Amino acid sequence: MKHLISPLDFTTQELDKLFELAADIEKNPATYAHACDGKILATCFYEPSTRTRLSFESAMIRLGGQVIGFSDAGSSSASKGESVSDTIRVISGYADICAMRHPKEGAATVASEKSLIPVINAGDGGHQHPTQTLTDLLTIKNLKGRLDNFTIGLCGDLKFGRTVHSLIHALVRYPGIRFLFISPEELRIPDYIIEELKEHNIPYEEVIRLEDVLPELDLLYMTRVQRERFFNEEDYVRLKDFYILTKAKMELAKDDMLVLHPLPRVNEIDVEVDDDPRASYFRQAQYGVYVRMALIMTLLGLAPQ
Amino acid sequence: MLNVGKIEEGFVLDHIKAGHSLSLYDHLQLDKLDCTVAIIKNAKSNKMGKKDILKVECDIDKLDLDILAFLDHNITVNVIKNGEIVAKKELILPKQIKNVIKCRNPRCITSIEQGLPHIFFLADEQKGIYRCKYCEEKYTDRTK
Repeated sequence: MKHLISPLDFTTQELDKLFELAADIEKNPATYAHACDGKILATCFYEPSTRTRLSFESAMIRLGGQVIGFSDAGSSSASKGESVSDTIRVISGYADICAMRHPKEGAATVASEKSLIPVINAGDGGHQHPTQTLTDLLTIKNLKGRLDNFTIGLCGDLKFGRTVHSLIHALVRYPGIRFLFISPEELRIPDYIIEELKEHNIPYEEVIRLEDVLPELDLLYMTRVQRERFFNEEDYVRLKDFYILTKAKMELAKDDMLVLHPLPRVNEIDVEVDDDPRASYFRQAQYGVYVRMALIMTLLGLAPQ
Repeated sequence: MLNVGKIEEGFVLDHIKAGHSLSLYDHLQLDKLDCTVAIIKNAKSNKMGKKDILKVECDIDKLDLDILAFLDHNITVNVIKNGEIVAKKELILPKQIKNVIKCRNPRCITSIEQGLPHIFFLADEQKGIYRCKYCEEKYTDRTK
């Protein structure tokens, strides 16, 4: 049985197939409207989420399947002290596939070890967020036409930003990628990722000022500084406004640079940037549904061979 | 000077840091083996001043000693057959370590999930770096 816990659980060939299916779903949605008839997706969300959970639910409903689940730990048996292992054993009897978000890192790994149904990691603390990565990759592939040979700037909270960690893991497998990490000192990229890049001789630089590197970028991936990752409110307040992408800054960027953001945005991208044709974050959210549809079909063994 | 007799077959773990033999006894799960074990504490050592020694009389294939490479790579492992040292065993870092060290990342699922083993995998063999299987946090020994 296949799960999706880390973006590396799929080979690049498997990802190509997934993206082909997502593209076909986008073009011919009616063909897939009953692909998951009679199947149930359980969305087990131990921490609040709007778009990821709704994106999963929308994906399953568009495939003709149904959805059960909970959307915060307080309304689940976790508030009574039930372990992730026990919960997934029970859910295995209720549903055919499970999407799980949990504030603790590694929770989805634990679930996959005990589960009888495919588990999709919908975010485990500051660790991984592979379906966001699939969304990001599909967006880049569709809008840039390729997944190799570009300079990508990752900006904001690179320490706790799980979308960033997952995206880097996935991109290192494609040739010609250069990373520019733009963050304040306190939110630098974790050392294990730096080690991985060094090990594979992948070029990277760490900088503090966004303006210094904007002209070089083919892609700019903005992230939000997340309040829920901080134990100390003071640190959060100090760092949350460190980067704000404005129309003026966008003038420094290439004409075909894409701006991506996993959303939700707070104030790190000024709303006036939304009208810029390079702002791609809302299209990115739409691709998230197609890629999750393709993923659910693939993990349930319902994808066309 | 205390004298402990020779063993016929098994291992002599020498140059153990003084006072650490009991914790090694636990990590090697020697309590589960039905064999003779001698624990010698604070023996005189020219090299170390004081050292501990463990003598284990057992079938030499019965015991997995790789964990020693992680716990203390200075330990000498003498393999004994017919009462003689036949080899000095080279210790190789184990690919995985289970329930020997604990993940200290407060955001890791191991901090709340009941009954979950603490498992670390060898991420970098050359540097001897272990990472938590669940959160991938690097293990750093704060006692060193």
